[in-house]
Amino acid sequence: MGKTLFDKIYDKHVVSSIPDGPDVFYIDVQYIHEVTSPQAFEGLRQRGIKVARPKQVCATADHNVPTENQHLPIKNDLSRHQVSTLVQNCEEFGIDLYGLEHPFQGIVHVVGPELGVTKPGMTMVCGDSHTSTHGAFGAIAFGVGTSEVEMVLATQCLMQHRPKRMRITVEGDLQKGVTAKDIVLYVISKTTAAGGTGYFIEFAGSAFSSLTMEGRMTVCNMSIEMGARGGLIAPDETTFKYVKGREFAPKGADWDEAVSEWKELYTDEDATFDKEFNFDASDIEPMITYGTNPGMGIGITQKIPSAADIGATTVKEIESFDKAMEYMDFKPGQAMLGKQIDYVFVGSCTNARIEDFREVAEIVKGRQKADNVTAWLVPGSKQVEKQIFDEGLADIIEAAGFKIRQPGCSACLAMNDDKVPTGAYCVSTSNRNFEGRQGPGARTMLASPSTAAATAIAGKIANPADLI
Amino acid sequence: MEKFNTIISSAVPLTTENIDTDQIIPARFLKATTRDGFGDNLFRDWRFDKNNDPITTFPLEDPTYGGTVLVAGKNFGCGSSREHAAWAIADYGFKVVICSEFADIFQNNALNNGVLVVTVSAEFLAKSFSAIERDTQAAFKIDLKNQFVELLASGEKESFQINGYRKECLINGYDNIDYLISQKEKIAAFEAAK
Repeated sequence: MGKTLFDKIYDKHVVSSIPDGPDVFYIDVQYIHEVTSPQAFEGLRQRGIKVARPKQVCATADHNVPTENQHLPIKNDLSRHQVSTLVQNCEEFGIDLYGLEHPFQGIVHVVGPELGVTKPGMTMVCGDSHTSTHGAFGAIAFGVGTSEVEMVLATQCLMQHRPKRMRITVEGDLQKGVTAKDIVLYVISKTTAAGGTGYFIEFAGSAFSSLTMEGRMTVCNMSIEMGARGGLIAPDETTFKYVKGREFAPKGADWDEAVSEWKELYTDEDATFDKEFNFDASDIEPMITYGTNPGMGIGITQKIPSAADIGATTVKEIESFDKAMEYMDFKPGQAMLGKQIDYVFVGSCTNARIEDFREVAEIVKGRQKADNVTAWLVPGSKQVEKQIFDEGLADIIEAAGFKIRQPGCSACLAMNDDKVPTGAYCVSTSNRNFEGRQGPGARTMLASPSTAAATAIAGKIANPADLI
Repeated sequence: MEKFNTIISSAVPLTTENIDTDQIIPARFLKATTRDGFGDNLFRDWRFDKNNDPITTFPLEDPTYGGTVLVAGKNFGCGSSREHAAWAIADYGFKVVICSEFADIFQNNALNNGVLVVTVSAEFLAKSFSAIERDTQAAFKIDLKNQFVELLASGEKESFQINGYRKECLINGYDNIDYLISQKEKIAAFEAAK
């Protein structure tokens, strides 16, 4: 019987298997950042051991960094200490670090792909759930906890149970104004925030194969938001073209050899999945979330559903739905379009790549930001920032009344100063609308960069399809 | 890691579903470089109001509840991979979390810190909440060796799954890193053959 793409890659990375237990699973590359690595390095010191394969570790500072005045020392003592601890650990253990002010610095899941560190067929982990992003290249990539970061630093291996396999197929053409973000928000709204728990997802069908690599990264990035370990998409010419010529991409004869190997990375026709979903791309409109988990999303022209509409039947389910409504100060039946908002955030490992800023520029060109909106536009990396300026997007965006900030995770999780105030509404291109995620009491509505831009212009939730 | 024995304790109920790790430990408390002290900020924004006064309607701040067992609504621990969530739960003093469905990464993180995650059926979860509603001090027995959880007042019992490797690790206090380090030669041979 044929194999799935996931199993082809997985099988090649099993060092050994424990009966009635996990596999010893080999990791090609580990990405690290300042927040989830210090305790792992401390663990190595306590055990008196070194990093097993320092050249297979790639580090950057992103979660805690300011997005203004990065040339100055970080003001917050704890943040500064955490970032300087990363610098010291990388020096001590011989790891390449793209730290503050390095031309490659940025969000770890933006940096890895744009440097060509991420490649098809690889296994990758990081102490960050959005490591699933790298699956866009036809790779197995997933988030791990700090104990597991330590395991991989110590041995380049993890103890891993093979997850179940799910395929989500979306076929057809997208409507005007619909982007990769809308596809994935739509899928999560159908599968729920726990629909993928225990699975690794393959995204298949023309709606995904027609996406750019940036779009595919947005989709795979959010597979964790349906509870999945990760998501992946079979590599194709779009993938190879993106990787070719990047800093750490294979060169010359090595390139040709790599591509011929990568062309074997697809799911065999007779392979089977533990679970399958099929959706029609033409059913998808620009999406927005109304609740406190990413599964609580609707088409932007629709009204907020009731607990019964989304299939809540038990007392606990209804109570959880009501809690979300109370937190957001929303009521079932309310329209999303036209709702006045306070903040717009374009950024995060989900949507801070060059294509996302091209989308924003297209919408805001020749228009002006609404006065009631505070907008934070945060590139995913120094290279994206440079490209925004090189392509002339910065001129368009700044003429519309916006400012481009410096790279980092920023208001996605509000570890730095970019916090949305209590009670304020923020339309955000990030990945999580959890309570307090963008600051204590902040109310987040997830959407695409196009929707965020249209909303920033209107000062209230707006449909980007009306502005294209 | 501490060895895991049978636990008999009252439990704290958190009926909310889809509790994410940002609620368990908000991001602003992740700036530490050590593993200690996260328990103080466990469920920070649900336990304390803006003036840092305890919110006594929240079960962790309600003195009628207590114990080393946490019983939570389905899809507990979703979201961020932060192990700080597991550290906070362990540091606060919980030894067991009972739920009908755990998020994947949280489950690993908890087990790697000696916190037993017990996946029960939706029916048994409902029975567990009811038992605490009837008596806030209702005792739970969690027997890892024989793989069952029991509500001692009613004698209702359910067995739970855990793979043999994990079980041995918990019972003996072994950690995964020790095991992986013992496999170094095999790993090197694998790399050479790649």
